[in-house]
Amino acid sequence: MQDQDFILQTRGLSVYYDTKKAVTDVDLDVVRNRITAIIGPSGCGKSTLLRCFNRMNDLIPSARVEGQVLFDGLDLYGHDVDPTEIRYEIGMVFQRPNPFPKTIYDNVAFGPRINGFQGNLAELVERSLVRAALWDEVKDRLNASALSLSGGQQQRLCIARALAVEPRVILMDEPCSALDPIATLAIEELMRELSEDYSIVIVTHNMQQAARVSHYTAFLMVEEARVGFLVEFGESRQIFTNPEDERTEAYITGRFG
Amino acid sequence: MAVIPQSEFQRRQARRKWMGRAFHGLCLLSVCIALGMLAVLLIYLLQQGVTGIDWSFLTSFPSRHSDKAGIKPAMLGSIYVVLVAGVVSFTLGVATALFLEEYATRSKFATLAKINIANLAGVPSIVYGILGLQIFVHSMHLGNSVLAGGFTLALLVLPIVIVAASEAVRAVPPSLREGSYALGATRWQVIWRMVIPQAFPGILTGVILAVSRAIGETAPLIAMGALTFVPFTPDSPLSRFTVLPIQIFNWTSRPQEGFRETAAAGIIVLLVILLVMNAGAVILRNRFQNKWE
Amino acid sequence: MVRADFDRSLEELEAELIGLGEMVEKAIVKSMDALERRDLALAYEVVAEDDQIDEKRFELEEKCINLIATQQPLAVDLRTLLAVLHIAVELERMGDYAEGIGKICMIIGEDEPVETPQQLGQMARMGVAMLQRSLKSLMDRDTDLADEVWDSDDEVDALYDAVCHQIFLDMGQNPKTIEAATHFLWVAHDLERIADRATNIAERVIFVVTGRIGRYKPPGELN
Repeated sequence: MQDQDFILQTRGLSVYYDTKKAVTDVDLDVVRNRITAIIGPSGCGKSTLLRCFNRMNDLIPSARVEGQVLFDGLDLYGHDVDPTEIRYEIGMVFQRPNPFPKTIYDNVAFGPRINGFQGNLAELVERSLVRAALWDEVKDRLNASALSLSGGQQQRLCIARALAVEPRVILMDEPCSALDPIATLAIEELMRELSEDYSIVIVTHNMQQAARVSHYTAFLMVEEARVGFLVEFGESRQIFTNPEDERTEAYITGRFG
Repeated sequence: MAVIPQSEFQRRQARRKWMGRAFHGLCLLSVCIALGMLAVLLIYLLQQGVTGIDWSFLTSFPSRHSDKAGIKPAMLGSIYVVLVAGVVSFTLGVATALFLEEYATRSKFATLAKINIANLAGVPSIVYGILGLQIFVHSMHLGNSVLAGGFTLALLVLPIVIVAASEAVRAVPPSLREGSYALGATRWQVIWRMVIPQAFPGILTGVILAVSRAIGETAPLIAMGALTFVPFTPDSPLSRFTVLPIQIFNWTSRPQEGFRETAAAGIIVLLVILLVMNAGAVILRNRFQNKWE
Repeated sequence: MVRADFDRSLEELEAELIGLGEMVEKAIVKSMDALERRDLALAYEVVAEDDQIDEKRFELEEKCINLIATQQPLAVDLRTLLAVLHIAVELERMGDYAEGIGKICMIIGEDEPVETPQQLGQMARMGVAMLQRSLKSLMDRDTDLADEVWDSDDEVDALYDAVCHQIFLDMGQNPKTIEAATHFLWVAHDLERIADRATNIAERVIFVVTGRIGRYKPPGELN
């Protein structure tokens, strides 16, 4: 995996909640403009790991992070790094769609507004909705409440919202698990399109989704002390046809947890 | 399903149905009793007092003659005092609630504070009157003024606002906060742009409750020095005042027959003001709620 | 066990594949037997029984497709199912060659007995051995055994060259036997192909175990 263009890298990343270790010593490289999937059984720390990338773990008082997370060479946990600045560059989409109880327009405009955006807001909103493959469905009702959209549309709205602040990375925490299969496929299609311009990291418990959608896959596992660790990381087509580690194989063939 | 014989099952089922209906009836009866009593009160009031309400009643000053007595100073006094109490308790209450729920959650200090606030709601209102007398009237040199009265009542109803606002802030789904943070919002932005607008209907409910309570308070205001006979209208925040409940109480303790009608008329005015304030707040709340849905 | 049903299906599938292999083995042995003894009735049986081999292959194919569609197999499960699919085809083609030998026997008939070149019998025995070994290597997931199949193929090729050479000489010396000789050439070709198919099966076994796709490389040459 040398000579690749990495946008995010972790070195010896460990996460603690108070004194309990949740994730240990992860070295992960996320390739620019590709989709990287993180898979693993429940409780292995996938979401915890994901939330390290945009410092959302800061919101949990008992969480503590050790090690390095490099974003284009910059250590995200360095002394003079402002978490809110990071989150403009590294956006996040959550498991259950969480549109704000505002209009569709205001949802997408929220990020730019709090960022002090001065330019043409309407155009930015339209561009974001187009890129999230939602524009055609909502262009005539931008002032309708976001809560009137279907589940799949709401999730695409959340994606548009994240895109509006023009990040370089989009983190997705099981973005399709609350959606029906058709909406899921639509989001996967969208992910593939977006990966040309954005780097995407997706946590998923759906193996087939990881196989369908990602270019690279990381497999995390949890050991007896309930600490998550990285087992294997490689190109998805390798991981899903012939993984190197037998634990990876046991997991993806469904022979355990 | 043959665990119990059919006949036994039917008997038990019949009994269950009967019990269900009896319970339903009991609840209905309770509602009727409560509403009935309210209806009786209202009818009595209206009978007694509606004839006494005319423009002169609303615009005159109290007097020793029941047919010349008016309610203007008391009405204005109530409105001003409750306004002050409302504004102060709203500001302090929301700020406290935000501090407890957003900034200091789970610290020992916050837990201690919450327990004490809950306790404050049970303190007899006269205690607030005495407190108000000491602090606002004497130490802060506000005298027996509208301002001091308003502050006193604000303290009284503060726990109500804090509790309601806390509930409302707590009810804002964490997913909305997370979503805001993930877009790069600072803590202040999350509170100002997401939490407060979402919690606003709940906060307004708290204010409604507080104002309703405040407008009916008598003892604490008497304790801090409100007048019972006021021949002038309060013209500044520092002027002396009286409020409707005190005025009504004053009238009910007069021996003359005519004052019974006057008192009833006063109560009706009080209720009307209360209703109007409530309705206003409810309309405001609904407007905010509909905006979000 | 989490996927007991699926595991059972896979085991049954492999067992049926081995069963198909045994059918093919019998067919090859029978057909050579018929040829050597000029037993026309036996030859006829071989030809008739090839239908069963074909049917079995399609049955296996269908089961594989079913499992692929319903079980979303990945990694070793996927490789196993694909290998079973391929090996079934190889076996069916081997059965076809046996059928071909049977037909040739029927064509030669009770003609003027020309001696069946003994290398043909040798080739057949080796081919059957290779088939058995390749199927065993699948059962045991034994890549060393699979490698051995490849080694045997060289011997079969050598025999093939020798027998062809021999037949050409005979043809030259005895023009009256040209027709029979041509048939024998065809049998030799079929037997050589049978051995080849066995090596294909060995390749698939290596694919299942190591995930490697491609032409066989002796262990020394793999980097």
